[in-house]
Amino acid sequence: MRRLLWALLALVILVAYPLAVRNHFFLHLSIMVLLYALLGTAWNLLGGYTGQISFGHAAFFGTGAYTSTILLLRYGISPWLGMWAGALLALLLSLPLGWLTFRLRGPYFALSTLAFAEIIRVVVYNWDSLTGGGDGLNILTDLGGVVRFYYIILALAVAGFLVIGACVRSHWGYFLNAIREDEDAAEALGVPVTRMKVIALAVSAFFVALGGGFFASYQLYINPDLVYESQISIQMIVVTIVGGVGKLEGPAVGALIIVPLSEYFRGISPVANPLIYGAFIVLFMLFLPEGVVGPARQLFARLAAKAGDEHKHISASAGASS
Amino acid sequence: MSLLQVTGLTRRFGGLVAVNRLDFAVESAEIVGLIGPNGAGKTTVFSLLTGFLRPDSGHILFDGRPLAGLSPHKICARGLVRTFQSLKPFPRLTIGENVAVGALARTADPRLSARHAAEALEWMGLADLAGRMPNELPIGHLKMLEMAKALATQPRLLLLDEPYAGLTPSEGAHFSDVLQQIRKRGVTICLIEHAMRFVMALCDRIVVLHHGEKIAEGQAAAVAGDPTVIKAYLGKAYARS
Repeated sequence: MRRLLWALLALVILVAYPLAVRNHFFLHLSIMVLLYALLGTAWNLLGGYTGQISFGHAAFFGTGAYTSTILLLRYGISPWLGMWAGALLALLLSLPLGWLTFRLRGPYFALSTLAFAEIIRVVVYNWDSLTGGGDGLNILTDLGGVVRFYYIILALAVAGFLVIGACVRSHWGYFLNAIREDEDAAEALGVPVTRMKVIALAVSAFFVALGGGFFASYQLYINPDLVYESQISIQMIVVTIVGGVGKLEGPAVGALIIVPLSEYFRGISPVANPLIYGAFIVLFMLFLPEGVVGPARQLFARLAAKAGDEHKHISASAGASS
Repeated sequence: MSLLQVTGLTRRFGGLVAVNRLDFAVESAEIVGLIGPNGAGKTTVFSLLTGFLRPDSGHILFDGRPLAGLSPHKICARGLVRTFQSLKPFPRLTIGENVAVGALARTADPRLSARHAAEALEWMGLADLAGRMPNELPIGHLKMLEMAKALATQPRLLLLDEPYAGLTPSEGAHFSDVLQQIRKRGVTICLIEHAMRFVMALCDRIVVLHHGEKIAEGQAAAVAGDPTVIKAYLGKAYARS
């Protein structure tokens, strides 16, 4: 019950945010935070819950971006429709990827996903009749202002959160966790391991591609390096690790910390950015490897318990003195 | 019709024949012991039965239906479940969650699966520990957990791989009682074991493996006295000709 109240409060704040904050930069920042909250949450389903660490999710991000943009530029289809086509295409693309890579485990799986994303990037780069190659694609249509984009990404992020939340709260959640902990034991107990991995990858790919489609419409320009770069995949992983792997709200919290930080350091100096970013990740790995959410919850619980004790103390002494 | 019928089961690893044309059967409600020196191929047999390894040749019939080419999770759904010699709890799930996995794999119905999980925990004496983590448990309890996880899948045939290893004599005796109760409930049991004292007391029938082949089969006393078996375990000098 209390969780629901916090969630509703957060939702109200998020919806009211653009009404209070008019500054263009802060709105842009919050859009990027919400985008990476969506991407991280989707990645977390496969990475944090199922334990399959993919370094290639940019493949789906880029696919969403290009599908939506090409459908707009060639066929005049609205990107708000086109991005769903992109998501569907990414889902279909994830099936052969899974079939190929899920027979690999651990670092081999991770490397193969990285290779997959690179292959897609190169294909898109070379297929310039379809994709405009290295020049990229420009969107000249006016698709709306910052506030509209804020609400769209908010809706997408909430949708992603709800769908993925439903997945992990169901019996699927048990299966995915079991697969992460011990695949063979899970298989021996009747968990359809490969099928669950495929499902997790497919759902994950779908929502990451939605994010890609959104991003293309927001930026109004895409090229293979912009939307297929490994930095996108890595950022998804970092926000999840910082926030809390295998916790539903982890990536959202991580995005809230990492994205503004990243923007800030990029502003200071292009050299300082990767250095400080990297240092940050190392510190988290050393001191908060499970992410912020777990320790934060414990801290809140302890503070709440203390407040409760003080309350009892006060009312007890008040009662005694009367 | 036997519950489990194995004919001509063979598996090679390169030049090594780990299991060589093995025939044996397990009847419903039996407790069968699978014994043999280390390296005899016993765990390989379990892996072959449960789909973790593919046989090079031979047939496995469970309840009259062939298990050829099925993946382990489908074989579990048919009612054939194994435990692992090196215990495999899910480290970051609670005891209760550990057991729930198998129950949910059997049925997605939340109430039914919760009941199966609760029963399994109760049976293994772990009900009070449901909120704990596996790394908090001593080995005796971890063995019980391994059993509980398997029981939650509502098995017809349980394949237990060295369940007595690491148990004290009294823990072992308790475990034997538990297995007897499980058998009374209609679950058939086949176990790999080295602790002869428990095997002899518990098993209706014993199958002896050596170098991947069956060298003896029968009731406990007969097998214990079989010269071939003694030679395999203890060497020629101890076999009375």
